[in-house]
Amino acid sequence: MLIGHQPKDFLLSVEGLTVSFDGFKAVNDLSFYVDENEIRVIIGPNGAGKTTVLDLICGKTKATSGSIQFRGQELTKMKENEIVKAGVGRKFQTPSIYDDLTVFENLEISYPKGRSVVGALTFQRDAAVRERVEEVAEMIFLKDRLDMPAELLSHGQKQWLEIGMLLIQDPELLMLDEPVAGMSVSERVKTAELLNRIIKDRSVLVIEHDMKFVEDIAHKVTVLHQGKILSEGSMEAVQKDPKVIEVYLGH
Amino acid sequence: MTAKVNDNPRFVNRSELLGILILAAFLVVVLPLMTDVFWLNLVAKYLTYSFVALGLVICWGYGGILSLGQGVFFGLGGYCMAMFLKLEASSVANTKIQSTPGIPDFMDWNQITALPWFWQPFHSLTFTIIAIIVVPALFAFIIGAAMFKRRVGGTYFAIITQAIAAIMTILIVGQQGYTGGINGITDLRTLKGWDIRPDHAKVILYFVEVGLLFVCIMIAQFIRHSKLGRILVAMREKEDRVRFSGYSVANFKVFAFCVASIFAAIGGAMFTLNVGFMSPSFVGIVPSIEMVIFTAVGGRLSILGAIYGTLLVNYAKSSLSDSFPELWLFGLGALFIAVVMAFPNGLAGIWSDHIQPYVDRLISGRKPKSWSDSSVADGAPAE
Repeated sequence: MLIGHQPKDFLLSVEGLTVSFDGFKAVNDLSFYVDENEIRVIIGPNGAGKTTVLDLICGKTKATSGSIQFRGQELTKMKENEIVKAGVGRKFQTPSIYDDLTVFENLEISYPKGRSVVGALTFQRDAAVRERVEEVAEMIFLKDRLDMPAELLSHGQKQWLEIGMLLIQDPELLMLDEPVAGMSVSERVKTAELLNRIIKDRSVLVIEHDMKFVEDIAHKVTVLHQGKILSEGSMEAVQKDPKVIEVYLGH
Repeated sequence: MTAKVNDNPRFVNRSELLGILILAAFLVVVLPLMTDVFWLNLVAKYLTYSFVALGLVICWGYGGILSLGQGVFFGLGGYCMAMFLKLEASSVANTKIQSTPGIPDFMDWNQITALPWFWQPFHSLTFTIIAIIVVPALFAFIIGAAMFKRRVGGTYFAIITQAIAAIMTILIVGQQGYTGGINGITDLRTLKGWDIRPDHAKVILYFVEVGLLFVCIMIAQFIRHSKLGRILVAMREKEDRVRFSGYSVANFKVFAFCVASIFAAIGGAMFTLNVGFMSPSFVGIVPSIEMVIFTAVGGRLSILGAIYGTLLVNYAKSSLSDSFPELWLFGLGALFIAVVMAFPNGLAGIWSDHIQPYVDRLISGRKPKSWSDSSVADGAPAE
């Protein structure tokens, strides 16, 4: 699918990405590249534009200029549901699940089949669907909660459920916005373990504030500040970067 | 809803089947045996609104799309039917005293001398039946696509549908020569030579209507139990999550709106047949909002509840507005507020929260599940 010569096949190439809201550049000429099977963590102070970057990649916000290439496809020109079909999954900051449906139904809706109107009308809950839902439910520690309405889950379980809803789509790029926010210590440990297990055969882009957690999972860290990249590299290198210490970690 | 993960019925589960059978027994056996033709015809009229309420359950209850303009679609269906019947009643023999025989009387009064082009195809019953479904569906599709693709939703959509209802009324009233104006299309007589006015015809039409209602109920049940039904609920709660799970949210909204409109149009067509006329007073804002109230009272998440709600509110309207005509509208408003404040799931909610658990225990002796499923529960409300 790649056209022209490229030194390396990145899964995601963000180049010169800019978005301006009434003149305020929330993301300003941003470029970064994500490898296959990489866990990339984006950190940065509040208002650095972290969530906006995810919004731009998944199509929730339209870019003012710049390009986002995913496996040779230009995401900035695609609709949200097309971007999902291309293989990008996104988890929102607050658990975004369907309270009135059961855990099973939540996962089933995300199962990548019958996504058109006719497809949804004729969708059959066959053995393959059930098997896959149960498999994912086991991964996200909710196997014995399949019949439960999702609204009765704890906060941490809701976060896992949403991660599960993304897993069942089997995206090549998984984007998580503060997956451990509001979780207990033991839930954090389990989530790190979950993330380390699900990164096989996919790349993950994570926004996180919890430094301990970042250290546990990150292959590479990108520090954003005022819509621009301040520093990029391993956690260790970034932590030693004087610019980073000044604006962020030092506080 | 006591469905377990693995049973995924295509149409009905056990408790719903029971509810449908009770409704069927009530409409097909109890009412015709216990009441006379006058009452049966009145129930037939109320039931035409229940088609609209049924559509609102899918569109508003499940999909969260509040349309305050369902009267438009009720009217479109009703007018299509009325145009066919009027043409049949306006044969040259029947209208030979007019200056232009063979056209509807109101056209003659408005100095129109030839049948307008859009009336021509309504000489055919087949075309009329197709038009009753297709015209409202197409109209709903255009409105829906225009609104939902642009992400217009919620209150804005409700206001726009209300505006459309107002525009439609003004259009019909204003174009008197083509539509019969404020009086509507009246003096309808026969359907393919079969007189629709005598009592025995009213009884037959009642049963036809009940049959169609159950067809629509089964379609609604099918949608509800399909994955599409669950997507509608999901969309109502977290639209963005659905969108970022790979669905085109707009298409699903358009679908729900079209289904609601087709149901409303079938109701309108049956209204014309049962009541014998169609007028703009069933198209505008007030009837459209009344229909939302019927749905809310019955329970906007309950397919059967909407039907009981329509029957009850209309029965109350007939009884009360005879004695206190000026108070009825206040009563209706108060009822709506009471339902929204105290019983957001209407009669069906009262049934499923307070009565059904006991009934379930009586029937099967099993314990209710530890987590209740009241928010998407369904069931017949208490009579």
